[in-house]
Amino acid sequence: MMEGRTGWWETVIGLEVHAQVVSKAKLFSGAATQFGAEPNTQVSPVDAAFPGMLPVINRFCVEQAVKTGLALDAEIRLESVFDRKNYFYPDLPPGYQISQYQQPVVGRGKVALDMPDGTTREIGITRLHLEQDAGKSLHDQHPILSYVDLNRAGIALMEIVSEPDLRSAEEAGIYLRKLRSILRYLGTCDGNMEEGSLRCDCNVSVRRPGEPYGTRCEIKNLNSIRHVMQAIEYEARRQIDIIEEGGTIAQQTRLFDAGRNITRPMRSKEEAHDYRYFPDPDLSPLVLDPEWVTRMRVQLPELPDTKKARFVSAYGLSPDDAAVLVAEKETALYFERVAAGRDPKAAANWVMGDLFGALNRLGVGIEQSPVSAEQLGSLMDLIANGTLSGRLAKEVFAEMVATGADPGSIVEAKGLRQVTDSGAIEAAIDTVLAAHADKVAEYRAGRDKLYGFFVGQIMRATQGKANPALVNELLREKLTGESGGAR
Amino acid sequence: MSDPSLLALTLAEARDGLARRSFSARELTAAYNGAVSEIEPLNAYITPTPEQALAMADAADQRLARGEALPLDGIPLAVKDLYCTKGVLTTAASHILDGFRPTYESTVTDKLWQSGAVMLGKANLDEFAMGSSNTTSWYGPVENPWRRPGDNRPLVPGGSSGGSAAAVAARAALAATGTDTGGSIRQPASFCGIVGLKPTYGRCSRWGVVAYASSLDHPGPLTRTVRDAAIMLKAMSGHDPKDSTSAPVAVPDFEAALTGDIRGLRIGVPKEYRVDGMPAEIEEVWQQGVEWLRAAGAEPVEIGLPMTKYALPAYYIIAPAEASSNLARYDGVRFGLRVESETLDDLYELTRAAGFGAEVRRRVLIGTYVLSAGYYDAYYLKAQRVRTLITRDFVTAFERVDCILTPTAPSAAFAIGEKAEDPIAMYLNDVFTVPANLTGVPAIAVPVGLSGDALPLGLQIIGRAFDEETVLRVGDVLESAAQFRCLPSFVAGGPR
Repeated sequence: MMEGRTGWWETVIGLEVHAQVVSKAKLFSGAATQFGAEPNTQVSPVDAAFPGMLPVINRFCVEQAVKTGLALDAEIRLESVFDRKNYFYPDLPPGYQISQYQQPVVGRGKVALDMPDGTTREIGITRLHLEQDAGKSLHDQHPILSYVDLNRAGIALMEIVSEPDLRSAEEAGIYLRKLRSILRYLGTCDGNMEEGSLRCDCNVSVRRPGEPYGTRCEIKNLNSIRHVMQAIEYEARRQIDIIEEGGTIAQQTRLFDAGRNITRPMRSKEEAHDYRYFPDPDLSPLVLDPEWVTRMRVQLPELPDTKKARFVSAYGLSPDDAAVLVAEKETALYFERVAAGRDPKAAANWVMGDLFGALNRLGVGIEQSPVSAEQLGSLMDLIANGTLSGRLAKEVFAEMVATGADPGSIVEAKGLRQVTDSGAIEAAIDTVLAAHADKVAEYRAGRDKLYGFFVGQIMRATQGKANPALVNELLREKLTGESGGAR
Repeated sequence: MSDPSLLALTLAEARDGLARRSFSARELTAAYNGAVSEIEPLNAYITPTPEQALAMADAADQRLARGEALPLDGIPLAVKDLYCTKGVLTTAASHILDGFRPTYESTVTDKLWQSGAVMLGKANLDEFAMGSSNTTSWYGPVENPWRRPGDNRPLVPGGSSGGSAAAVAARAALAATGTDTGGSIRQPASFCGIVGLKPTYGRCSRWGVVAYASSLDHPGPLTRTVRDAAIMLKAMSGHDPKDSTSAPVAVPDFEAALTGDIRGLRIGVPKEYRVDGMPAEIEEVWQQGVEWLRAAGAEPVEIGLPMTKYALPAYYIIAPAEASSNLARYDGVRFGLRVESETLDDLYELTRAAGFGAEVRRRVLIGTYVLSAGYYDAYYLKAQRVRTLITRDFVTAFERVDCILTPTAPSAAFAIGEKAEDPIAMYLNDVFTVPANLTGVPAIAVPVGLSGDALPLGLQIIGRAFDEETVLRVGDVLESAAQFRCLPSFVAGGPR
């Protein structure tokens, strides 16, 4: 809800996400899809729409779309149709985009969002369809000419359309993160927004609570979650202001200007294209074998929601911790490798605490972590078997982050092994107490706070290697049990 | 002057002569190269390729000498200039494809070359195969080698495969490839007194053939005899994974289907094909055809194809609709003609205005209109429903009969310019041929007689999907009965 001059307003948002399908080849041409290749090097005569060229569907892309549909708990349509969406633009060589209009491969589905207050909110999916991407027009390479790079032309996209179920910029952000997480779990889209493999159009309208939907504006081609949220905030506020000042919203397509953090008009409803959709006569309807779909369903990997539930029940993690750990497939995988045969809560603490902190400082993802899950596990084992104290372990961990070395070899090389030999610890205690006889007296006279001072001195004397529990035990014994002083 | 005895052979005879080494592929090709030059006045070829032809003939001779002859070794062919040919100018008879040399070879022509055939050149056609008279070509009209006796006006060869038909009829190619979207193989074959076969949709790959209307375009052969058509079809057919509409079906030995025995076959004669204003001589030749088949032991059966009258209107909605989209790629950006302009819209508009002729522009406009918001349901969708009903007509008919006999065209060839002012009259040429395109079933046009003006008339045999064998068998019997031996007034190697 947003507060306006005249009261509260509800923002209504539906998102159209264009997710680039993970596939080595394009949707209809067999050309390669590698990102960042030299311009116009991944183009077949089909992509460049040379005369007589014909599209042939890439079965793997269909499989990816069906997997995604299944993960969205959606209806898989056993017969779907590819249509041509006709418009002229130089980065669209055939003059039409092959898409799915009236009969998409995936119908209604849903996504569950974990809300910050701990509740779950279900967002409807209207449809998912397969379509081709266009090429890229480059207008900044020459003073008057535009260049066209067709590497992207013909790459498979899944357009995932949500119902107008989202009610705030924040929800839109949560939805996008969740959707991206699911796509990455499936391996059907890498979700890399910087490279443009996940792009988003936002439909935004406002209404007073309980009233029918207002007129919507569509904000095109947003390529980061932050921009999506900023654009929605701005757009909702803009619409509220107009209505409150007695104006009406004109249905429009708008662009987000990230530099100025505003949306501005691109074209009005009257200027909208007539795409003249019709079934592509070069392609027969796409027919799926129901048994194949069933096999796809059975083979689906464990998805974030299921995994989260399992982390709570099997590992005894809190739902919040579990949600953090399952958000990225790689994190969940890492955690499970660390937790295997160890204390899961301690594993979660290490991963979410020290590891996340280190990765943040390094600015890398968990896939590039300098500390492998096996190494972190060994570190935990060294704590469990008493070789390392918690404090020493943090020191070793820092060294692991810096060097990538195994904890065992760091312990050996630096001699960081915890001292558990009570004789050695006793000797250290005796030395400290002897050196600070005055403080011992004060302590015994009631200055309890000096206890920490002695511990500190003993740990310093042992270079921190003394087993803290043993130090405590022996120190207390010596300070209290032997009131007569050193033997 | 070419060697008339070599040019008079049919494809089957030439094949056998080559196999016997009665003459070499080089001799045959040289004769045909001469014929191609000789018939230049007909404008049947846009791009002759004589050197390439000789090189291909030499390769064929080497295989023949080694006893490794391929099925079409040394057979000189014309290729409709709608088929992309690697490194050879491919125009679709349109200004907009100026200078376009494909880097790829169409599947069908590739199969022909793999079978040893020789390319004489690229044959003229209506621009983008849109026309029934071969008068819309950017490279000028093709003349029919036939003329009315005592009348020196040049006649149209029919269209759109007019160059292919004229070249085969004038003995300047042993056979030719064509494409048939609404009758573009059968009607010119009929106008030029030769055989034209439109196979089942999906039998011959469309890959590498410049698209006019994808769901209606059928590659196929034009030949002098039914047997030649059977030989050509075998070489041109086969499943192509590069064309999603290509049918994964086996290719039979079509020549073996020419048994001459049609006893007991039921031949449908559709009453709806007696259209208003059809000349009596067409009706007569049709009746004659029925009698010939009856005499050969077949059983003529009157049938109904009640949706026939809606076929032409449906065709002239669906074909332009698909064409308007298929031709969007000719935009001056990547290949062919470009009219340099200040703005993008000007580039598109000026290039397309300069590059497309009047008939292409007309069909692109009609197609754009019938697909537009608010008109789609009334036109395109309705036409598709009509198409379904026409298909049902044929399915029902083929429950009762084995094939259907009809006239090929409602008239003989007409003079160039005679129907130019009235596009609708021109469209009516396709009235008998269009249903087989809408339904995808195979059909052959066979010359059977002469009109009162001494111009060839043809009959059409339509068969069940993927039953070209019956179509060819009946066509062969019809051909034998008709004994059509007349030659055009202008043939290479012949008297003027």
